Amino acid sequence: MTGKTISEKLLSEKSGQDVRAGDYVEAEVDVMMTHDVTGPLTFEVFEAVTGDDPELVDPDNTVITIDHHAPADGVEAANNHNLVREFADEYGAQQYDVGDGICHQVLVEEGFVSPGDLVIGADSHSTTFGGLGGFGTGVGSTDLGTAFATGELWFRVPETLRFEVEGELPDGVYAKDLILKFIGDVGFDGCTYKTAEYGGSAVEALPIHERLVLSNMAIEMGGKAGIVAPDERTVDFLAAQTGERPEIPAYTQPDDDADYEAVYTYQAESLSPQVSTPSNPENAVPVDEVVGTDIDQLFVGTCTNGRYEDIRIVADIIEGERLAPDTRMVVVPASRSVYKQMMDTGVMETFVDAGAIVQSAGCGSCFGTHQGVLGDGDVCLATANRNFPGREGSMKSEVYLASPATVGASALYGEITDPREVELNRYDDYVLEGVSA
Amino acid sequence: MTDPDASRDIDTTEPGRAWTFGDDIDTDQIIPSRFLVSSDPAELGEHAFNDLRSEFASDVSDGDFVVGGHNFGSGSSREHAPLSLLGAGIDGVVAQSFARIFFRNGINLGLPVLICPDADRIDDGDAISLRLTEGTVINHTADERYDADPLPEFLQTLVDRGGLKPYTRAKLGTE
Repeated sequence: MTGKTISEKLLSEKSGQDVRAGDYVEAEVDVMMTHDVTGPLTFEVFEAVTGDDPELVDPDNTVITIDHHAPADGVEAANNHNLVREFADEYGAQQYDVGDGICHQVLVEEGFVSPGDLVIGADSHSTTFGGLGGFGTGVGSTDLGTAFATGELWFRVPETLRFEVEGELPDGVYAKDLILKFIGDVGFDGCTYKTAEYGGSAVEALPIHERLVLSNMAIEMGGKAGIVAPDERTVDFLAAQTGERPEIPAYTQPDDDADYEAVYTYQAESLSPQVSTPSNPENAVPVDEVVGTDIDQLFVGTCTNGRYEDIRIVADIIEGERLAPDTRMVVVPASRSVYKQMMDTGVMETFVDAGAIVQSAGCGSCFGTHQGVLGDGDVCLATANRNFPGREGSMKSEVYLASPATVGASALYGEITDPREVELNRYDDYVLEGVSA
Repeated sequence: MTDPDASRDIDTTEPGRAWTFGDDIDTDQIIPSRFLVSSDPAELGEHAFNDLRSEFASDVSDGDFVVGGHNFGSGSSREHAPLSLLGAGIDGVVAQSFARIFFRNGINLGLPVLICPDADRIDDGDAISLRLTEGTVINHTADERYDADPLPEFLQTLVDRGGLKPYTRAKLGTE
């Protein structure tokens, strides 16, 4: 019998059964999350199944954010926000309000997720938590509303694709470029129903904010989860964030002889910055194939690349410069603490001086409803995760996806630009600054 | 419209019109994000495929089917997507393959979702019906039958009980 993947071990632990890929289980979940869009439907389901005496099974680990229409862009959205507040108040859920940040970032910053946790969120980018060594997965509102009441959910134990990157990443290549490359190689549905496990020396060397990028976009290849095995770096990050050092459970480490459906191996030095062209994330090409493409709008933010380190990379490039003529840049920090860090370090001023717009924390135009939506014929280069038709506004607009470095360099010229043409920085996790080495 | 909570005879459907779509139809295209301020199936149904195929909501009839290519329902986790199809009166979705969250949302809501490798043989406007337990799609227009994947036992149990809500009520004793 061969060894087990992280997913097989973790779902065995959480279901109390010895399971393998393909088995169905009912497993205990550790953290549950929803937000202002999927929340109202989740609340309806919860109240429909709990009868006369509704009670959250684990209110301390039931989190509800207001991030998609934040601040409210219309009366219906504002009413939904009030539903979130009322629900949290009535049942004792942990609620975060307008401006606090994107659900995934809030859960990471507030220490809700520890290595080995099974986290479900009524948002597809709940795969993000794999960057901390948890099994994070997106579910529907019926899934979540019933789990609010039972603390359990059904899962099919997924097969696993292993992505190994060995060596040292060259200048201009970040986790975003890796994940766009993976998605391009296996396709938009190449990991459907499966877990992506990321490893190899280049992945182990990544700071946590970069690991979160790999896990976040597992869903763009259909992934059920995207996991980096947690290590001391994970523990250091969480300790700096929360003041507590979590244990690393043994079931978060894959066996050496684990049975992977496929293993994809890359040599870091051979990789180049990637751009996904409209209108599918799988259209990943090396940046030099699209250099010179005219850009109307640059979008820096989202649960993929809206962290302080991402925004700092862009700020470093445009510091003391002006945006290229006829371009606009919208910056949306992923959380209030990112916003504050931008203020504390002068990054906010850099953007304002360069002619950019800085919005309050939230999902921004990635959700396509406000804060910089695109009109007919507009072309956007974004640090976001999706470029489907109409995703950021008009069905006649186009979105290219890239790393913060590529977006920053392109802002100077108003066209897609190879980031290796400008001076670039690479940052460790900002939260570790000031922590003695 | 169909009440998603009502228990339904989902083993055998009546023939209905097939509305065909291509590969990688994501949930933004099934129900654009600006309509997600509502959770009401009927209201969502009025905007199903709003930007992709604007005549869908006005021309669809109760008992019709949606037919997709590969990776139907990809992208966001919004349950509003399958809910909008239930609200529009759709009796089932047949596709060559499904994105994961759409598939489980369908199961949880009691919306029949069938994986059928030959779904691309169905033309828009064909009359089709589904035999869910045996996993068959019948194309009455073309006079053809296609094999579909029967549901795994665990999921069949969920569907038989009317979806995840009734299943959970039974578990909690709140029926």
